[in-house]
Amino acid sequence: MTQVLLVLAILLALCSGAPALVGPRLSGGRQRLAAGLNVLAGVLALCAVAVSALEDAGIVPLTVTAPWLMRGCGLDGMQRWFIVPIAVLGPCASVYGVGYWPQASHPENGRKVSLFLGMMFAGLLTIVCSRNTWPFLFGWEAMALSAFFLVATEDDDPAVRRASWHYLVATHCTTLSLFAIFALMRAETGTFNFGPLPDTVPIGTSNGLFLLALFGFGIKAGVFGVHVWLPSAHASAPSHVSAMLSGFVLKIGIFGLLRVLLWLPHPQLWWGGVLLGLGTVSALYGVVAALGQHDLKRLLAYHSVENIGIILMGLGVGLLGRSLGRTDLLVLGLSGALLHVWNHCFFKSLLFFSAGSVVHAAHTRTIDDLGGLLRSMPWTGLAFLVGAVAICGLPPLNGFVSELLVYLGLLRLATHQTGLHWLAGALAAPALALVGALAVACFVKVLGAVFLGEPRTAAARHATEAPRSMRVPMAILAGLCLAIGLASPLLEPLLDGAVATWTPHAHVRLLAPLGSVSLAAAALLLLIALLALWLGRRLRKSGSAGAVTWDCGYALPTSRMQYTAASFADILTGLFGWVLKPINHVTFPSGPFPRRASFSSHVTDIAFDHVIQPLADRGFDAMQRLRTLQSGHTQAYIVYIFVALTALLWW
Amino acid sequence: MLQDAVHTLIHLLVAFLLPPALGSVIARTKAVVAGRAGPPLLQPYYDLARLCRKGSVFSKTTTWMFKAGPVVSLASSMLAVLFIPLGAHGPLFGFSGDVLLLVYLFGLGRFFTASAALDTGSAFEGMGAAREVSYAALAEPAFFFGLIVLCRITGSAELGVMLGPSLGAAWIAASAPLAMVCVAWMVVLLVENSRVPFDDPRTHLELTMVHEVMVLDHSGPAFGLIQYGAAVKLQLYAAILVRAALPISTGNAWLDWLVFVAGLAALAIAIGLCESTLARLRLTGIPKFLVGAGLASAFAVILLAR
Repeated sequence: MTQVLLVLAILLALCSGAPALVGPRLSGGRQRLAAGLNVLAGVLALCAVAVSALEDAGIVPLTVTAPWLMRGCGLDGMQRWFIVPIAVLGPCASVYGVGYWPQASHPENGRKVSLFLGMMFAGLLTIVCSRNTWPFLFGWEAMALSAFFLVATEDDDPAVRRASWHYLVATHCTTLSLFAIFALMRAETGTFNFGPLPDTVPIGTSNGLFLLALFGFGIKAGVFGVHVWLPSAHASAPSHVSAMLSGFVLKIGIFGLLRVLLWLPHPQLWWGGVLLGLGTVSALYGVVAALGQHDLKRLLAYHSVENIGIILMGLGVGLLGRSLGRTDLLVLGLSGALLHVWNHCFFKSLLFFSAGSVVHAAHTRTIDDLGGLLRSMPWTGLAFLVGAVAICGLPPLNGFVSELLVYLGLLRLATHQTGLHWLAGALAAPALALVGALAVACFVKVLGAVFLGEPRTAAARHATEAPRSMRVPMAILAGLCLAIGLASPLLEPLLDGAVATWTPHAHVRLLAPLGSVSLAAAALLLLIALLALWLGRRLRKSGSAGAVTWDCGYALPTSRMQYTAASFADILTGLFGWVLKPINHVTFPSGPFPRRASFSSHVTDIAFDHVIQPLADRGFDAMQRLRTLQSGHTQAYIVYIFVALTALLWW
Repeated sequence: MLQDAVHTLIHLLVAFLLPPALGSVIARTKAVVAGRAGPPLLQPYYDLARLCRKGSVFSKTTTWMFKAGPVVSLASSMLAVLFIPLGAHGPLFGFSGDVLLLVYLFGLGRFFTASAALDTGSAFEGMGAAREVSYAALAEPAFFFGLIVLCRITGSAELGVMLGPSLGAAWIAASAPLAMVCVAWMVVLLVENSRVPFDDPRTHLELTMVHEVMVLDHSGPAFGLIQYGAAVKLQLYAAILVRAALPISTGNAWLDWLVFVAGLAALAIAIGLCESTLARLRLTGIPKFLVGAGLASAFAVILLAR
């Protein structure tokens, strides 16, 4: 039954964009049909998860046998855990696209976007439910290539072409290491089916597979150092695609890493250490780099690096726990990471959706060109506020719950008695606290500059609220953020099932006070409501008047006098200048009657601009010598083929 | 049973009625050092009552976010207080990891206070908000390393235990790290509550202020909420610091209350003396000082590794 539902869901998603291809270019109906098919696919996938959970619990018998295509494709707890967010997000993005990227106003690429969006959705589902190398790789390429076409949607813009090119290189590196991983695993197990490797595998191979998985899946997840494709790809893609990329495509890297790590024998202590360290660096770098951004979507993209870092920190604690024989660390770290996968999926796509509404209404992504949108776009503003509070990990929303689990793991590690392993926890926990506080700074900056105060440009002044098809997905995601914050204990069975793939008899409930957290969140909301009621009544009783903002006696403040986002972040970007290495362009005023002066500043990406780009340039220069081989004469190429064939025969 | 109910009631009264008095002790100390008589000790209460009765003026630029600022920040401080032990009296509520709830509730309050400031569109308030979130971010590691020290010493992530009876014995075993943590936390207290040498609420020169400049546009009952919230927050930090520095429990519940209130008063006088004798730091000096405090409590963690 599960398999049938899943195959149906995948096929529906895969074909959702097809009807539009044969219809007229400007048809809105075909696009709505595609969104409807994706919603149906999402519902079917959720049903599959429910049925599979019931089957596991023995409530529903396994009656329908699998069709040949998906033989050996059942679902375990981990797969169920990852299918749920994708089954929520895929349909949301598709529905959002109806309002955000209507075919009627994008004749040149509207059909392409909805076709590849469905394909990416189908690819993601296929990856998660496959139990064999072939469907996994097939789904992987479907996902990766459709993501490329989606990033390249507006390919008339050179910056977009560049971003999609970087993405393509990065995703091919991932695929290459996937080939290596699966080939090595095939050599050890003798089968392409997934499953734990035997204990006879030498430690060296195990370590090698770990590093390959970390590199390959790390690129996809956007771990610091190999995150270089991520910011520009997220910024260039249409917003609902960015939401999918950030919300789930990154997580598929985490999924792959989780699967391979589980199968590897001889887990080493340093694996956990490396993950924890890399996670901490990613989290810190992501948030610091985000502080320096001027582009709304690029900023959100850097926050993905941060959140992937938090997920890796949880994984690192879990792996350290496995190596140290501490099941409590394993359960806390792993469940923190897994819950953060869900949470980040929901609040980050919510943020991208609301950023998309802003772009849709004001036609700019530059933070300092916006302002005052909360009045003209109240729903979008509220959605962004919910996403911002959630991503900062603040109660009463969902981000707090998963960060709490990671923290509890870190604090338990910090009280570990033997050896010096506890120092890892004792140093990583304050780093995570710093990340949280910097995230607050960053999101206050964005919220303030984009939604509060006065509009800074005419475009921002004339912005209007997004249509309903865009507001509904935002409302669903915001509701999920609130629901997980208030009722996390309801997720326990599903979460325990996912953790149980790593360690049997896992019970998050025994280790983490999810019930108390929910109560505290409810109490906080209640307190806020009571105080708001009191203030409202007092204000009505004692009366209030309107006036201009007090600007120290200045009677006619203009919107240009507001503090900009760049100024807001200046203290922190200055302190972290050694990481951000900002580039300033200054024209000083000169002469007795200066006419023009200007200042602009942008931060660089330490991994891309200072390591990878120079290396790539040098490599390109070295390869120039090989270009003499490329004469362009067909005869020459035939000679090459002849030489190669002869050499091969000899060998 | 009745005894418990009485002490819970006293707990609530101390937690929610005492905070403004802390501010007046500081003010009185400063007045005495400067040779003035100073305002009456109940002045903050009169001020709050007056603010609640007054009408308000709202900037036409502002939205509901501006009113949400005081409400959410007070609500988060009030919730946080319930998880704090007052002297030897344990907290009203507690769970493993409530220390993180405390840290993130402060974060929530900060988020909304700073957003409310930006809602006015005023350059000055933007400046204040930027300083507030930046300095708070730098103060976070200083506070958190201290929590790690307590967590490792007591083996718990619950505030009631971390600041509980076992801390007294820990002072004998690990006095150096705990002393360093207390120093770092004193710095955090001064920063987070906008006291000299990091901030000076008295100067009405907006360019030099941090916290106070964010609330320039608030008036009437909303401003009352802010003032009261600031007092609650100050007492919250003071209660943590007093308990960490003075983990005595006398065995007599009434005497314990006395010790706690005396500790608070002593801390308030110390803050007042600080304010009277120190000059404000230059703005650029504040981050350096904060990083120093963070390093001090990081060293406290390292000392535990011996």
